[in-house]
Amino acid sequence: MITLRNITKCYEMGDEVVYALDHANLTVDAGEFVSIVGPSGSGKTTMMNIIGCLDIADEGEYLLDSLSINDYSERELARIRNQKIGFVFQDFNLLSKMTAAENVELPLIYQKVSAGKRREMVEEALEQVGLTARMYHRPHELSGGQQQRVAIARALVTKPALFLADEPTGALDSRTSQEIINLFHKLHDQGNTIILITHEEGVADQAERKVRILDGRVSEVAS
Amino acid sequence: MIIQSLKMAWKAIRSNKMRSFLTMLGIIIGVTSLVVLVSIVNGATGSVTDQISSLGNNLLSVSISDDKGKPMTWEGVLELAEEEEFAETAPAGQGNFTAKNGTESGSISVTGTSAGYYDIQSLTLGSGRFLKKADLESSSYVIVINAYTATTLFNTTNVVGEKISLDGVRFEIVGVLEEEESRSMGFNMSRMEGYIPYSTMMRVSNSVKYVTSFYVTSSSEEEMDTAETAITDMLLERFNQDDEAFSVQNSSELMETLSSVTSTLSLMLGGIAGISLVVGGIGIMNIMLVSVTERTKEIGIRKAIGASYINIMMQFLIEAVMISLLGCLLGIGLSWLVLFAAGQLVTSMTFSLSMGVVWLAVLFSAFIGIVFGSYPANKAAKKKPIDALHFS
Repeated sequence: MITLRNITKCYEMGDEVVYALDHANLTVDAGEFVSIVGPSGSGKTTMMNIIGCLDIADEGEYLLDSLSINDYSERELARIRNQKIGFVFQDFNLLSKMTAAENVELPLIYQKVSAGKRREMVEEALEQVGLTARMYHRPHELSGGQQQRVAIARALVTKPALFLADEPTGALDSRTSQEIINLFHKLHDQGNTIILITHEEGVADQAERKVRILDGRVSEVAS
Repeated sequence: MIIQSLKMAWKAIRSNKMRSFLTMLGIIIGVTSLVVLVSIVNGATGSVTDQISSLGNNLLSVSISDDKGKPMTWEGVLELAEEEEFAETAPAGQGNFTAKNGTESGSISVTGTSAGYYDIQSLTLGSGRFLKKADLESSSYVIVINAYTATTLFNTTNVVGEKISLDGVRFEIVGVLEEEESRSMGFNMSRMEGYIPYSTMMRVSNSVKYVTSFYVTSSSEEEMDTAETAITDMLLERFNQDDEAFSVQNSSELMETLSSVTSTLSLMLGGIAGISLVVGGIGIMNIMLVSVTERTKEIGIRKAIGASYINIMMQFLIEAVMISLLGCLLGIGLSWLVLFAAGQLVTSMTFSLSMGVVWLAVLFSAFIGIVFGSYPANKAAKKKPIDALHFS
């Protein structure tokens, strides 16, 4: 499903070159629920940006769904993000002026799905996260947990090959966090591939498999 | 996709009504000034050309600048009417006098002329009679005045038989013209006018001696060219073949001159209004740039969930064009109101929105929206998703 081989990404900070990822290797199979855990500054976010096709590695090879991502144009990357990846962010990243349904609909609009079909898919996605009743609410009228569920609905509406969650519980209290994690478990049970990035060991432990990242290098954690 | 972009743009405009309106204001003002100015010029042109064409298309006006010692007399002008090419002839000599009736007085513009002037200028009598040939022969002190003069000096138009004095010389009023609407350019152009026999004019005015200006009409419009050739030949012969000594103008030439003047005028006014539209466009660009920066996060989110360069570009471009076109629409509405109000104030002129200038305004606004929207839209679309996402 996902193969990262010797991925390197560096940033220039003044005269110094900082390696955010230093020959990182990772393989995730279809249907796996993997957590990537590490302290801040470990290269988690860079890893997530590269897996999510938001950024391109300086060196190494990245295969997503057996497609090599390295030499794609901006436009093709947009298409891959749209069709293959479902993002869930720490601060939800919903568009504040749109209703829950409109937020969930957005990726389908970029896929040029017809209006009738879109409606159907949006309803189905919101039902999966249990927010049918809150369809026409705007983000500010929803609690943090509800907002994150809208974001998950937005991610799953396109039936992506991979769910990529970056600190999805970072802004939530522990009870709500558990609800969100449970939702990921549910998605996993349905056969979806999930990569969860977090700095909380407790959250990371709930995944099927745990991978540790430190100073830009990846190491497996035996469970 | 286009429909979605339109919806998105509409939403963005509505979610910030005050700012959108202020952004549109430049376009609204630009479009209003463009449409109103051009429509007014068109309206004024219309009423002036109406006046000219009411004179008929068979009018020749002759002016003599150098008489070569063989000056034209009023009798000579009247004799021309005997020629078969011509229908009517009338000399015209202008003078300004102070007209007085008791204590009422005012400045009056008097034309010394003959009976033929009545038809040539399409005048209409309200009461009494116009000048007769006999009045010229006897140089009698009779005057035909317009209704405005009558009401100014007598407070009534029923003044046939009354006397007025022009610079102290007494004249008997023999006719009053029908009341006419004030015309020309929409201003109140009513002024005191009078007509006296040409021969009398020669006595009371120091400047009018021989005929230097007269009118000729051809028997029909078709005969216009024949009549023009005939009068030109006649005058050439009289003035030693010197075609600089006089000029013959027909009414259609007059129309051409007028229309070239007014089209230059509307081009100039349109150009000035166009500049204000460009300024409005710069306003749109300015606000769009602010808006792009403010919405960096939104752009990041959209890119993360799959919006491409084109998607974002279109979104902002359509927003700019929509602001511009909405401004244009409001501007057209506003100019309709302005022209309607102008029409109510000045009844003699018709101000209508000319469809030509409306289309011009719409196309120009769309063009401005695209030109000044492109730069901000490109700036938005070029943002890297990770930078935009982590912007706060």
